[in-house]
Amino acid sequence: MNIIGLYNYWIVVLLMMIGFYIVIAHENLIKKLVGLSIFQTSVFFFYISMGKISGATAPILDEKWQLYSNPLPHVLILTAIVVGIATTALGLSLVVRIQEAYGSIEESEIQVQDTHDELENHLEAYGPGPNFAILNQDLNK
Amino acid sequence: MIYHYPVLQVIIPLLGAPLCLFIRVPRLVGFFAVLVSSLSFLISCGLRQQVHLYGTIVYELGGWAAPWGIEYRIDQLNSYLLLLVSGISTIVLIAAQTSIKKELPENRHIFFYTSYLLCLTGLLGILATGDAFNVFVFLEISALSSYTMIALGTDRRALTASYQYLVMGTIGATFIIIGVGLMYMMTGTLNMYDLAQRLPEVYKSKTVLCAFGFFIVGVCLKLALFPLHLWLPNAYAFAPSIATAFLAATSTKVAVYLLIRYIFSVFGIDFVTTSLPLHDIFLVLGLIGIFATSISAIYQRNIKRIFAYSSVAQIGYMILGLAIGTELGLTATLLHLFNHALMKGTLFLAIGAVVYRIGSSQLNHFAGLGKKMPLTMAAIVAGGLSLIGVPLTVGFVSKWYLIVALLDKGWWPVAVLVLISSLLAVIYVWRVIEWIYFSQPRIILDDVREAPMSQLIPIWLLVLANLYFGVDTRLTVGVSKLAAQSLFGVTP
Amino acid sequence: MSFLALTALAIVRLKDLFAVVMLSGLYSLLSASFFLSLDAVDVAFTEASVGAGISTLLFLASLKLVGRYEKKSRYKPALALGIVMVTGALLVYGTLDMPHFGAVDAPIHQHVAPRYINDSMTEIGVPNAVTSVLASYRGFDTLGETLVIFTAGIGVMSLLLVSRQTKDQSKKKVPADMQQQIILRVVAKMMIPLILMFGLYVQFHGDYGPGGGFQAGVIFAAGVILYTMLFGLSSAQRVFKRQILELLTAFGVLLYGGVGVVSMLLGGNFLDYNVLRHDPVHGQHLGILLVELGVGITVASVMILVFFKFTWRTVKHKYNQ
Repeated sequence: MNIIGLYNYWIVVLLMMIGFYIVIAHENLIKKLVGLSIFQTSVFFFYISMGKISGATAPILDEKWQLYSNPLPHVLILTAIVVGIATTALGLSLVVRIQEAYGSIEESEIQVQDTHDELENHLEAYGPGPNFAILNQDLNK
Repeated sequence: MIYHYPVLQVIIPLLGAPLCLFIRVPRLVGFFAVLVSSLSFLISCGLRQQVHLYGTIVYELGGWAAPWGIEYRIDQLNSYLLLLVSGISTIVLIAAQTSIKKELPENRHIFFYTSYLLCLTGLLGILATGDAFNVFVFLEISALSSYTMIALGTDRRALTASYQYLVMGTIGATFIIIGVGLMYMMTGTLNMYDLAQRLPEVYKSKTVLCAFGFFIVGVCLKLALFPLHLWLPNAYAFAPSIATAFLAATSTKVAVYLLIRYIFSVFGIDFVTTSLPLHDIFLVLGLIGIFATSISAIYQRNIKRIFAYSSVAQIGYMILGLAIGTELGLTATLLHLFNHALMKGTLFLAIGAVVYRIGSSQLNHFAGLGKKMPLTMAAIVAGGLSLIGVPLTVGFVSKWYLIVALLDKGWWPVAVLVLISSLLAVIYVWRVIEWIYFSQPRIILDDVREAPMSQLIPIWLLVLANLYFGVDTRLTVGVSKLAAQSLFGVTP
Repeated sequence: MSFLALTALAIVRLKDLFAVVMLSGLYSLLSASFFLSLDAVDVAFTEASVGAGISTLLFLASLKLVGRYEKKSRYKPALALGIVMVTGALLVYGTLDMPHFGAVDAPIHQHVAPRYINDSMTEIGVPNAVTSVLASYRGFDTLGETLVIFTAGIGVMSLLLVSRQTKDQSKKKVPADMQQQIILRVVAKMMIPLILMFGLYVQFHGDYGPGGGFQAGVIFAAGVILYTMLFGLSSAQRVFKRQILELLTAFGVLLYGGVGVVSMLLGGNFLDYNVLRHDPVHGQHLGILLVELGVGITVASVMILVFFKFTWRTVKHKYNQ
């Protein structure tokens, strides 16, 4: 009984973790956002699952029914979905701008360019010194 | 009208933000934002007074009693922070008028001010609310608007910084809703006060423990506790100076508030101390954080980054105060919260003034500015001294209380470490001072003048606050003590 | 459920971002049906229109700008896997003491929620309990949510500003990608009015069935976006001027907040709809109608605006090449 009662939640946890994994392990900025939305959607599953009562119906009140599922998690998740799409939209417009500014949306390639920027700032400020060599090495890696 | 103060506080910037789009004239929008923010500030003064006289104020939104509806619950702790956030925001906005004009292209001004007001709304909303889910909604308002403000920075690295912050921030927020969901699952309520009543029944359950874990990790991501701070330095360094000043002074403070609120008012300190070695974790992370980030600060070449790293270090001090777990420790944390907002407000506004004049925040470009912009540079020195904790500044007061609290607990080795860490602050502040006063200019400074009045006044207001609260500690210490007492008193 | 897991795993493996985005759309659609099976009709409706609709569209629009393949890169799965494992283990550990799935006696069904089920009919008079909680009991959350959308709208507007130069270029007719598809155009011509009508229906019918301002806004926006895709941006913009859209985004929030302010002036608390009319239930009706309208306006205009912004960028790129 124990296992059946919780099985549903475990699957949800698995889904969450897949999303989370995509966010932290992948380097492509778009894919990270996809991961983020999977992660969030799975959290929604978790909320909605806890609102469910076996044998109940949707919380639209009517004389025919006695038992309704809990409406509160539904409300919370409606709000959370909106927040999710808002974040995605903003994230995507950032990605578009990053592509325009760097010509890439891979994290490692962007980092290389950032190091390059740093290097230029440094050169302009201090001229080639001992730190310069170190930075340059980073760049060539 | 007084009755509506708790909500007006948040509603005014909330409605002010969309109104900005209707005004359409960038200059007017700037003035309008100052007006909105100062109204909020006045109301929070009134609110503070009320709390002082009558104690906790509860306001039911929509007229529905909690836990069915959402309530605002203003007590010693958050009335104090509301005052801080709305005050700093107003001061920063005054300086914004000229600074934004220089740093951003004109067609973005309106958007900047709108985002700024939205961010203010979010922060005030988090502080005022007594509902766990409402926190999440306003957290996202403040977060999304900060991503926008940061991304408006002119360097392209602002974009990646903002993206990184977005990803980390969203993970943090998602962790927070997982935590809130688990708590809700076990108690059936979302109201913080109600949660505090109902949680003790289920203290033993693994689910509540897990809820607590997720919540703490989520908040720590937001407040940039070491080692979850990686998003912060770049975000602060490449954002427009005004955004940096505002965010550095307020947003991490609000996250610290959330942490305190949940530890003390929701879960209860008993639960926290018995179920998890949280204090030890905070102690270790706080200390490592202070040292690691102070050392990183020493090696930075951009002055904004120096102080961004130092911000992370200061958060370490606040967490250390929490780790002590006594009333004195909490007082020290709250004091440092307030004082650090003053210091970082001063420093970043002054840096903003420099960027306004020379268009750069590279450390070496500051060479020789001591002569050209004496008042601004003096402000930086004052802020820096405060950061180190020199007597007669606010920094001294909070360090003093922290050390007293540590000794009181008998943790003298930690106290020694805190003193040593102050030496690190001496080093990075000294580096800045050395460049400002004792180096030959690296760029042509002929036509560089002192910062305009509209920036000097807010900067010096903050400097004077730094000094005033460093000498006359009755107000800040009194309020922090009251808040700490009430937090320890409330817990069952 | 297993389909969901499979889809998610496929997303991890695939390098083709186009496929990834399509699969994530599928993932949303599957989750919508999952929500449906859990009695969350409103949530299912929203997830289907947002996750599978708008969000997929936005992803596709940005893919067009950034290229569709993920580079094979040295990523550090070990550390990430570690973190994920620990988090997952903690969550599973947390589930051990949870009330079982579907149990009637779980705490959440005992406290707070019963009032929504039992009394909302007399207190608010709206059959859809989700709507009453959303717009009235927790109306302030929903105001916050509208503000989040508005914030995102502001963010996208300021990040993807279009320069005057591009605007001039686009005065020349911009051909839409799908303009040649005659069958599509004819079908769409019949569909679009229906979609818009449906949006309005959902807007005003949210009290009785699933639906409400948010879903309606998204559906309405979807209709307009379809029109844009088929008939070109310039003709769509003739109907929906950018400035008006910008003002509308703000107007929705103001409408919502305005209802709150009015109720405050009439002697109630902020967002207390009871005082709007002599009879509390009528007041609630009016209040909910207005705030839902506010939500709908903001959501629709932000979505349309965001889509336009993305499409503008594509136009700009075409001209730059």
